[in-house]
Amino acid sequence: MNSDYTINPLGDHSLIIEWSQEISSVVHDKVMNVYNHLLTMQLPYILDIIPAYASLTIVYDILLVRREQNNNAFTTIQSLIAPALTAPVVHMEKSSRLLEIPVCYDPSFGLDLAMMAAQKGMSEAEIINLHTSKIYTVYMLGFLPGFPYMGKVDDRIAMPRQKKPRLHIPAGSVGIAGGQTGIYPLASPGGWNIIGQTPVKMFDPALDSPCYCHPGDEVKFVPISLDEFHKMI
Amino acid sequence: MIQVIQQGLLDTIQDGGRYGYQHLGINPGGAMDRAAMYVANILVGNNPEAAVIELHFPAAVLLFEEDTLIALSGGDFGAMVNEQPLDINQPIWISQLSILRFTKPVAGARCYIAVRGGLNNTPWLGSHSTHLKAGAGGFEGRKLEKNDRIPVNPVDEDIDKALRQKYLHVTQLGTPLPWRADVRDLYSDGSMIRVVTSLEYPELTPASQSLFTSHYFTLSEQCDRMGYRLKGPALHMVKEEERLSAGITRGTIQLLPDGHLIILMADHQTTGGYPRIAHVVSADLPTLAQLLPHSRISFQIIPHDEAEELLIAAEQHLHFLQNACNLRWQEWLQTNHK
Repeated sequence: MNSDYTINPLGDHSLIIEWSQEISSVVHDKVMNVYNHLLTMQLPYILDIIPAYASLTIVYDILLVRREQNNNAFTTIQSLIAPALTAPVVHMEKSSRLLEIPVCYDPSFGLDLAMMAAQKGMSEAEIINLHTSKIYTVYMLGFLPGFPYMGKVDDRIAMPRQKKPRLHIPAGSVGIAGGQTGIYPLASPGGWNIIGQTPVKMFDPALDSPCYCHPGDEVKFVPISLDEFHKMI
Repeated sequence: MIQVIQQGLLDTIQDGGRYGYQHLGINPGGAMDRAAMYVANILVGNNPEAAVIELHFPAAVLLFEEDTLIALSGGDFGAMVNEQPLDINQPIWISQLSILRFTKPVAGARCYIAVRGGLNNTPWLGSHSTHLKAGAGGFEGRKLEKNDRIPVNPVDEDIDKALRQKYLHVTQLGTPLPWRADVRDLYSDGSMIRVVTSLEYPELTPASQSLFTSHYFTLSEQCDRMGYRLKGPALHMVKEEERLSAGITRGTIQLLPDGHLIILMADHQTTGGYPRIAHVVSADLPTLAQLLPHSRISFQIIPHDEAEELLIAAEQHLHFLQNACNLRWQEWLQTNHK
């Protein structure tokens, strides 16, 4: 069969399905399509399904498989997930949420705005304008609980990670790394270029659903003033 | 209740881990040495994945407010109850107001305490494991500190009644019961860690591929619950190219940009983009979890299906131990329960 993905073991208790290695909505739609199919299938033995830009990692319980199936666990999981891989691509427009996330781009939060503006030869307002004018897709969460990797930002504001990561980036900081934009849900060291901060709690362990963003969500940033920021906290 | 009367280096409550949330960036965590967690729990008749205390040396000093049955497994930290030495891998009756301390790092990197009935903290997302970054799970989402009081689930079955009756007049003592778990088959010789190769292994230069299995690597000082950084010969890819971040798992061995290796452990990030060279087989993770910085290891590549078989063998051994423990308790009850 002609397929545009590969399936390989990722260690002895997980496997990874990989599509062509690029950040694109076309590839990511395929990832999310298989991901959503797998969720509806409610398969046994599977502990975690981790969608990323162009891959899906499936973590499974070898012992449970082997207790119930007299077969190699990797082979068993591979055949269990097969129907999701051949399923037709369902258009997800209706199932993905559009989140409007308020961001304050005040220089006291946007630690790297001035540096970026100087380097790009544009005003800070232009950077903010470009950052808020697009709707982004949450390609994946990782690095920290609830950290959304979103893309792609306008090429004009794409900016490589800082060579020397900062030791402390406050929770809620919004940053750019390459063509990606993301939000630090917790205070952490990090190398992203920080352009603003959201008052929205991106991670709250007290909630049943502790992470604000989920894979596949669509996000639009809404600029707010410093006053509005403080009122929302 | 178990009271912390002196704080240790890093003592946390852990269980079998928190699965089902990695798509949100929440890693499973859990006991670094699952075999030790399992053994300690079955020795006291708990569910094998019940919450345990994972200790690093120097470990906390603990006061047991009530009579309790406990077991220690994994690392041997020279446990003493009121100056009386205790062995690991045995059920131990701890009479109320006894103080358990750990005097010297005899062997291993992590010691586990299981308490009969299990620890009674509020689970977070279905697990008792402490998630330090999230500040949730375990004991208030953090490592144990002085004056913490850890609640224990009360159990009042025949075993508990008989134990209380038998040791009614024993105070401030730890009394081992006369059997122990043989855990030798659960650990391999720590100097040889078995791995399966990963996706970017073929992209290592032939010289690096050969070094990976022929040379030894040393655990650096940067070894913790998140990962073990190794020191050894620098390895190189045929061509350095950036990879998109993707899901990674416990045991994944990544090649860092400086040419050195890191093995991801229990608190690893859920995604990563460094080249994946190999994965430590699940059956050897307990062995790895008990290695200290400066330990020297070599990697041996084995076929994928053999890795599964090794884990099945370990599971069968644990199952055998569990049955043997149940049998011992039955025999013990017959002679001690009136």
